[in-house]
Amino acid sequence: METKIKVENLNFYYGNNRALSNINMDIYKNKITAFIGPSGCGKSTFLRTINRMNEFIENTRVEGKILIDGEDIYSKKVDPVELRRRVGMVFQRPNPFPKTIYENIVYGLKKNGVKNKEILNEVVDTTLKSVALYEEVKDKIHKSALELSGGQQQRLCIARTIAMQPDVILFDEPTSALDPISTMKIEELLLELKNDYTIIIVTHSMQQAARISDYTAFFLNGEVIEFDETNKIFSNPRDKRTEDYITGRFG
Amino acid sequence: MREHFFQKIDDIKHDILRMGNMVERIINDSVNALKNQDVEASKRIYIDDDKIDTMEHEIENKCVSLLALQQPLAKDLRVITTALRIIIDLERMGDHAVNIAKTTIEIGNEPFIKPLVDIPKMADITQEMVKLSLDAFVKEDINLAKKVAEMDEEVDKLYELVIKDLLSIIAKDSSSMNQAAKLMFVGRFLERIADHTTNICERIIYMVTGEYEEIN
Repeated sequence: METKIKVENLNFYYGNNRALSNINMDIYKNKITAFIGPSGCGKSTFLRTINRMNEFIENTRVEGKILIDGEDIYSKKVDPVELRRRVGMVFQRPNPFPKTIYENIVYGLKKNGVKNKEILNEVVDTTLKSVALYEEVKDKIHKSALELSGGQQQRLCIARTIAMQPDVILFDEPTSALDPISTMKIEELLLELKNDYTIIIVTHSMQQAARISDYTAFFLNGEVIEFDETNKIFSNPRDKRTEDYITGRFG
Repeated sequence: MREHFFQKIDDIKHDILRMGNMVERIINDSVNALKNQDVEASKRIYIDDDKIDTMEHEIENKCVSLLALQQPLAKDLRVITTALRIIIDLERMGDHAVNIAKTTIEIGNEPFIKPLVDIPKMADITQEMVKLSLDAFVKEDINLAKKVAEMDEEVDKLYELVIKDLLSIIAKDSSSMNQAAKLMFVGRFLERIADHTTNICERIIYMVTGEYEEIN
């Protein structure tokens, strides 16, 4: 198993407030890793350190290292914009641009100077197919993305992320605003996508983590309490705090 | 947090204790009926066994509902899967008690070829094993579970004695063959009941630790 992301002694501060304490973790390539834990435990903060999204928040500070393919993403040589292309992100609420389906997908490529129509058309087709949206929208790709249902919009946002050819995709509670059928489609999609990408998902649904992830990390008060194969975390966790959380005794 | 769910798990444990009490009782009743050659009492064992079967189905349904509706995890999940296994062992014990009752009915009033000593002893120990194993289940007590499993050795020794005695009687008097074979089976049924109790003890260890441990 190949380590894609290596986290070493990571601390993160909002002002003087330490939100993440001494995190060490190996995230494996082409696996789905889930972060679970009660609200405010640091799981989303940690997710955002992986593509330096936290830098948009003032007065924050990072200590320690995050290596992706062996390269420290906080080194001065790393361009955060290029990093965010390699490490894509999908959010809780679908956030398509108020543009056509087509324009949503090619937006990033055009920004990066790709103008060739054939290439753009090809990307739109393949990404829509890879998120299993093609059949549903093929007759309206030049219509507004806002006409799509919530579940379709979320799959479009995943297509938009994939179009940039990332290595890693971060999902921050991607189904919490969706109905059960749309949720199931996204979960199936993630299981497909892990063949090509390394996936990290923050979820409040323990059943979702259990269903789709290969590895699970349990966070509490900014610390990783336990990180192991998902099967072990949910069938026989080592730490009593993990057991108490997943069995609903607190949290 | 999830008090309703935890209450339902406690209810299942309680139901298993009730089912276990019934099983203890019919082991005792079936061997007493044999000792007293009481055919009527033996017939009642069949009715009690039907009640045990009904309890098994009720407990199984409760476990399946909890699995479907509450998605239990970690130890909660192991408690429920253990409960599902225990009721199968208890139900089988009930069937063995029925087998003993059937033997009593077959022997009828025919005089015993020897006084029954070791068979009632086996029944006493197995009955105690059933009781203690379910105590261990409810208290989640691994040490008690291991102690109960050790009692199986006493039952095995008594079973060997029963066989040896009966074989020597047959050697002396071949006309005793028919009844001797029946009594050997009674010994065998009791020995199987003790084995089922050992199964329960192994499951209790798994339930508490999440690890499999073979005992005896």
